Amino acid sequence: MKAPHRKAAPPPRERPGNGPLLEIEDLVVDFATDDGAVRAVDGAGYAVMPGETLGVVGESGSGKSVTALSALGLIKPPGRVVSGRVVFDGTDLRTLPPRELRRLRGGRIAMIFQDPMTALNPVMSIGAQLREALRLHRPGMSRAAARKRAAELLTLVGVPGAERRLRQYPHEFSGGMRQRAMIAMAIANDPDLLIADEPTTALDVTVQAQVLDLLRLTRRETGAATVLITHDLGVVAELADRVVVMYAGRVVEHGPVAEIFGAPRHPYTRGLLESLPRLDGDADELTPIPGTPPAPGEAAPGCPFAPRCALARDRCRTERPELAPTGPGRASACHFHHELAEEKTA
Amino acid sequence: MAAYVIRRVLANVLVFLLISVGIFVLVRLAPGDPVRMMVDPEQMRGGGAAFIEAKRHELGLDRPIFVQYGHWLSGALHGDLGYSYVGHRPVGAVLGERVGPTLQLMGAALAVALVVSVALGVAAAVRRNTAVDYGATVLGLAAVSVPPFFLGIVGIYVFSLQLGVLPSAGMTTPGGGGLVDQLRHLVLPGLILAFVTAGPFTRYVRGGLVDELGAEYVRTAEAKGASPARVVLRHALRNSLIPLITVVMYQIPQMLAGAVVIEQVFAWPGMGQLAVSSIGQHDYPVIVGFALYVAVLVLVCNLVADVLYAAVDPRVSLR
Repeated sequence: MKAPHRKAAPPPRERPGNGPLLEIEDLVVDFATDDGAVRAVDGAGYAVMPGETLGVVGESGSGKSVTALSALGLIKPPGRVVSGRVVFDGTDLRTLPPRELRRLRGGRIAMIFQDPMTALNPVMSIGAQLREALRLHRPGMSRAAARKRAAELLTLVGVPGAERRLRQYPHEFSGGMRQRAMIAMAIANDPDLLIADEPTTALDVTVQAQVLDLLRLTRRETGAATVLITHDLGVVAELADRVVVMYAGRVVEHGPVAEIFGAPRHPYTRGLLESLPRLDGDADELTPIPGTPPAPGEAAPGCPFAPRCALARDRCRTERPELAPTGPGRASACHFHHELAEEKTA
Repeated sequence: MAAYVIRRVLANVLVFLLISVGIFVLVRLAPGDPVRMMVDPEQMRGGGAAFIEAKRHELGLDRPIFVQYGHWLSGALHGDLGYSYVGHRPVGAVLGERVGPTLQLMGAALAVALVVSVALGVAAAVRRNTAVDYGATVLGLAAVSVPPFFLGIVGIYVFSLQLGVLPSAGMTTPGGGGLVDQLRHLVLPGLILAFVTAGPFTRYVRGGLVDELGAEYVRTAEAKGASPARVVLRHALRNSLIPLITVVMYQIPQMLAGAVVIEQVFAWPGMGQLAVSSIGQHDYPVIVGFALYVAVLVLVCNLVADVLYAAVDPRVSLR
């Protein structure tokens, strides 16, 4: 990004063999508690292709954030990656030496956190935090050049009066402006992969739309692949190419957004969609999913969704369903996904 | 900011006046009689009572207490704190020559305590629940639990009597001198006062840093690719040291209390020693002078804490 304002949208970066940019496989993450280890992620995985936007949806505690944090090696005690592979552009991040991992963090892989109120250092000026992001990855960059670039970045993300704003502290920024500054920091080093963890959740509704527009803009400017973690299906529908649905630390369904939302092949996905208000439907009739997700650590032999599932039968309570293809580029972890397909056509 | 400081100083003057009334009255309520302390038992025979009355009148102690206070205050406002009953010298001069040694002792101890407690607190917070952490906890507990006079006596026994490497009393060798000699005299009392002070500091540094290391901006710094050292020192530590300002500024007057004991043990010619002997001798003007000195120290430390706080934390502004 030498001149981001003028540059035409770059094509998604091609990788040799057109393989995925990030591939997470069979990830298992435990959190140590006083009552023993609790499994937060239980064999989850997904792939992110270069330049694409992948939505990851699920309820709180479904393991969606933890899975993404593993891509930065940012799971810290009491959390522990038990097993699985995290491969970024051909490199296994789990075996990467810390120094190499730090070069990736904030460099080729950048992260946007949920709450811009707490994710910025309160006693460092916005400018200092932006310059830090730049100079950590460009040791040769002069102070003056970093200052100039920081102002450009802040302007790019739509913060007016950048020169003055750089000298201000996070508490002098509104929530939306802080998230913009956060995004400026994330794209400072022109990342290949941007992980946005609930980037709009902590913001006012009007500001949410602006931040989503900004994410769209940065994707166009940087061509970065984006992992968009959210519980807001609307955000996924607007921004994502593909979607991964997580439940109880596992992936229960994934595929292209339009197809999954149009014809879900997992009862949980369908339940999520039905519990959304629709403009064209009867607004009085929302259908919530009965029950609550299992508490992490409450291990059952069968399908974790079975206790809340209308389709559940004996097999669901004894045998864990694996992800099985339900069409081109999509899969569902339900023993009876065919029935959902038939229901739809019937 | 300047307006804030001026307002605070004016408010402090009022507080100071109230404190002076309190001290003035309390000192005179204490049991014992300064005049009787001065009188040679020989003189008590025969015309003793008359002599005491004469002396009391001479010192103004026979007048009503508010008259005494008014007299004292009008003097104090002109910088005259009265005369020591014992030394027969101006209280200002008596206190003045004691301030230096005490400041030297406290300053050295505070500097050592800050350096040690920040280093130890950071090590304990970063290596949580390891030998380093537990070691720091035990040392911190020892520092607040073992009385300073005991440490002083043990220190003298080990380093002065048994090993003979450090002097046991005073600020300099009588007749000797030189910087090295002064520093050698400072080591034992200074380190003991530093140890006692560093205990609570270490706990605060550790606790504060542990909290900050769990903050989200720390994760942001890590996600930016900052090294662990940078994350701790540049991001978390700075935030965790802000509350320490209050603790340190509150602790400085407390240190004076520790210094009173240490000066007594090591015959350090400072304010603490003066305070103890003045109280023993019912030397009212000196006691009042010392107590007001402590009061000023507390008020100044509080003000400095607030100003420093605003200087370090951009979220705080003084208006």
